[in-house]
Amino acid sequence: MNVTSINARLMQGNQACAEGAIYAGARFYAGYPITPSTEIAEVLAERLPQVGGKFIQMEDEIASMAAIVGASLTGAKSMTATSGPGFSLKQENLGYAVLSEVPCVVVDVQRLGPSTGGPTAPSQGDIMQARWGTHGDHPIIAISPSSVQECFELTVKAFNLSERFRIPVLMMLDEVIGHMRERIIIPAPGELEIVDRKKPKVAPSQYVPYEPQDDSLVPPMANFGEGYRYHVTGLLHDDTGFPSNSPAVMGEHQDRLHEKIRRGLHEIIMVEEVQTEDADVLLVAFGCMARSAARAVKEARAKGQKVGMLRLITIWPFPEEALRQLAEKVKAIIVPEMNLGQVVDVVKSAVEGKVPVYGICQADGEIIPPERILEKIEEVL
Amino acid sequence: MFAEIEQYFRTERLPHIWCPGCTNGIIVKSIVEAIQKAGLDQDKTVIVSGIGCSSRATGYLNFNTLHTTHGRALAFASGVKLANPELNVFVITGDGDCTSIGGNHFIHSARRNMDLNVILFNNNIYGMTGGQYSPMSPSGAKATTAPYGNIERPFDICNLAIAAGATYVARGNSFNTRQLTDIIYNGIANKGFSFVEAIASCPVYYGRKNKLGNAADMLKWQRDNCITKEAADRLPLEKKQGKVVTGILHHEPAPEYTTEYQKIIDKFQGGEES
Repeated sequence: MNVTSINARLMQGNQACAEGAIYAGARFYAGYPITPSTEIAEVLAERLPQVGGKFIQMEDEIASMAAIVGASLTGAKSMTATSGPGFSLKQENLGYAVLSEVPCVVVDVQRLGPSTGGPTAPSQGDIMQARWGTHGDHPIIAISPSSVQECFELTVKAFNLSERFRIPVLMMLDEVIGHMRERIIIPAPGELEIVDRKKPKVAPSQYVPYEPQDDSLVPPMANFGEGYRYHVTGLLHDDTGFPSNSPAVMGEHQDRLHEKIRRGLHEIIMVEEVQTEDADVLLVAFGCMARSAARAVKEARAKGQKVGMLRLITIWPFPEEALRQLAEKVKAIIVPEMNLGQVVDVVKSAVEGKVPVYGICQADGEIIPPERILEKIEEVL
Repeated sequence: MFAEIEQYFRTERLPHIWCPGCTNGIIVKSIVEAIQKAGLDQDKTVIVSGIGCSSRATGYLNFNTLHTTHGRALAFASGVKLANPELNVFVITGDGDCTSIGGNHFIHSARRNMDLNVILFNNNIYGMTGGQYSPMSPSGAKATTAPYGNIERPFDICNLAIAAGATYVARGNSFNTRQLTDIIYNGIANKGFSFVEAIASCPVYYGRKNKLGNAADMLKWQRDNCITKEAADRLPLEKKQGKVVTGILHHEPAPEYTTEYQKIIDKFQGGEES
């Protein structure tokens, strides 16, 4: 990449997320003010009309989520952003978007919970809510950036995945990443891939809105207003989009929603391995904690300890396969996370007892420093 | 089915789920007649609904239809309309859906004055769940959750809409369908938030619980107890007691949201990144 003073900037994570959305083609944002995500709304209130897009401050978080689903049905790439208390309120219509397969991106800049909790205190406490926050069985995609650069690039990726798989994609920032300022290189137009939803190739009279046309099981999507008069509902439905009480139809609908994501795992799962080749101890980290863990790897290596890191960029679906392969090679796994043990249990389940797994779990609004990770490494080695 | 409006229905989805004697179908007919009269392009018209008996109407209507979550239809509709203001957007909702769980969306949508056409089917009860009282059940009315009579006071939802800033507010009923069609049609012409309360009857739950007779009796009640605004304006106060006033109750145009937003976009010359 050719770095010039024009495309290198000092930027905050939340701002990079907003700019990444515009780069991805987002043209609709509905939101409600909430710390520590508000800058995303503020940036987009200013930026979206400049590019012909729309911003609206809705009456609450529920309405914001509803509005982006409505906007997306007209073809507009749409986003909302929030934090814990608002993320709780999004869950109702997030489930609607999953079931009715409406692409959209939801940013959760995590703060310390539960409830109002610590509004300005960082946390990684919404990881399980991201997975299971809305009711019923449902697939979800959740992504966790660890730098301001990634806030930009992974927001583009989030839109691409939501368009590709017709599913809401969650950008799980945390207060550290959202408010941190660092140098970022803005990709040139065309430099990053942009994915748009598949449109129907048939005439409106032939269109069966939820009938998959290929092995991806992701049906093409017509926009409202284009002549394809179809029905969208939050009821379980058949390929025509109309509700059904038939156990066979309801079961098939649920299965396809999960299967389309399973078939796309190779496109969805993103991890980074840091010095894992010869590692005895593997750190599994994500978001801001990956920065602390990276420092711990560096210092441990300086002491001659063979430590590596698996950084989870995609959190849901969980990168089980990457983890299992590493579990064959290492002697111990340590999961430092800013919650009281949400990911460590998933790691334990994935490695199926092949190797001991230790959590460093903390929910006090402070990032876990490298020293604590280094102490744990000493302990387990 | 009337041949002249058949094109607006997904006839293959009929018969509908509504109970015998329910007047939801009558109100839906008035909606499509108003759409036809206004000459709206079926492909450019979106009908959004929430959850409840009346909200099931979207499934039968041959437009772009969006059956959403409970109370949230207006919020979904706002997203549709703002993202593509070329679309004509209607919202079908019920008294529980709109005034209880959707109450916050209702007052803010009225205040924002986006060009939405909202038709509230008021049957004074939660029908889909089997007869619980709603914020529009009259005081004293019986419901499964008000077995000793409702001790709450109902909304006058038209007054609430006016107070919240709706630019067009009207009330009709399922007996006088000509008037109902006309007030929906006039609402379409209003560029802004247009609200129509359509009085519906639910003989199976509300009527039965409150001993209001059969479906015909309930329609007769609408006939005998509703008076037009014009007539009401001429009557002394004591003669208006207990009457329900219908017709156009309020029309006061104001700047429409998506038009105002477009003016901001136009300042940036139509969308090139600056």
